[in-house]
Amino acid sequence: MIIVIAVAGLLMAGGAVGAIVRIIRGPSALDRIIASDVLVATAIIAIGAEMAINRHTDNLPVMLGLALFGIVGSVSVARFISSRDDT
Amino acid sequence: MPELDLGFGPDGLDARDVVTAILVLLAALMCFAAGVGLLRFPDVLSRLHAATKPQILGLIAIVADVAVTNLSLGTITLAVAIVFFQSLTAPASAHLVGRAAYRTNHYERSILLTDEFAPRSRPPDSPSR
Repeated sequence: MIIVIAVAGLLMAGGAVGAIVRIIRGPSALDRIIASDVLVATAIIAIGAEMAINRHTDNLPVMLGLALFGIVGSVSVARFISSRDDT
Repeated sequence: MPELDLGFGPDGLDARDVVTAILVLLAALMCFAAGVGLLRFPDVLSRLHAATKPQILGLIAIVADVAVTNLSLGTITLAVAIVFFQSLTAPASAHLVGRAAYRTNHYERSILLTDEFAPRSRPPDSPSR
């Protein structure tokens, strides 16, 4: 089980680092907002993996909140970019 | 419920540990695929394709994992609610981001197979909606 935890942590860290690199380097704001969505999804998955491994359900409302309000940032930035493009 | 010990016990693996390992590894693989796809894909639309993998499949895997490992009515209700709201909001935001990418020309026209939006797209001097 400890091997599974280590491999899963490495894979999640690789995905998060890829998203952060795309946030830093992304040529447009749309690339950055997509990468930040991926970062939020990675955070949700990490929280859920910790709950599944340690067998408790304390953080399920956190996952529900992130799933509900992850839309706000990307929708507002996308609407703003549609009307005025600065990049 | 058996006590959780990290590492393989002498009496083999619990069935729930096997399910947990498989689903956590699947979700982590989706995260890694999204990171690699964000780095390797050329334009906004194809990066959008890579970004939806952990948002839906990874989330379904990890929420099913939580619901399987401690099975109760409240857990299943919250799990269904999480998957429902995520699959409701993720396509809407992806649609808006894709449309904004099309309007502001942040895509490579040479790798598009079809462009069904082209005949109805706005002329270049009209005000954007």
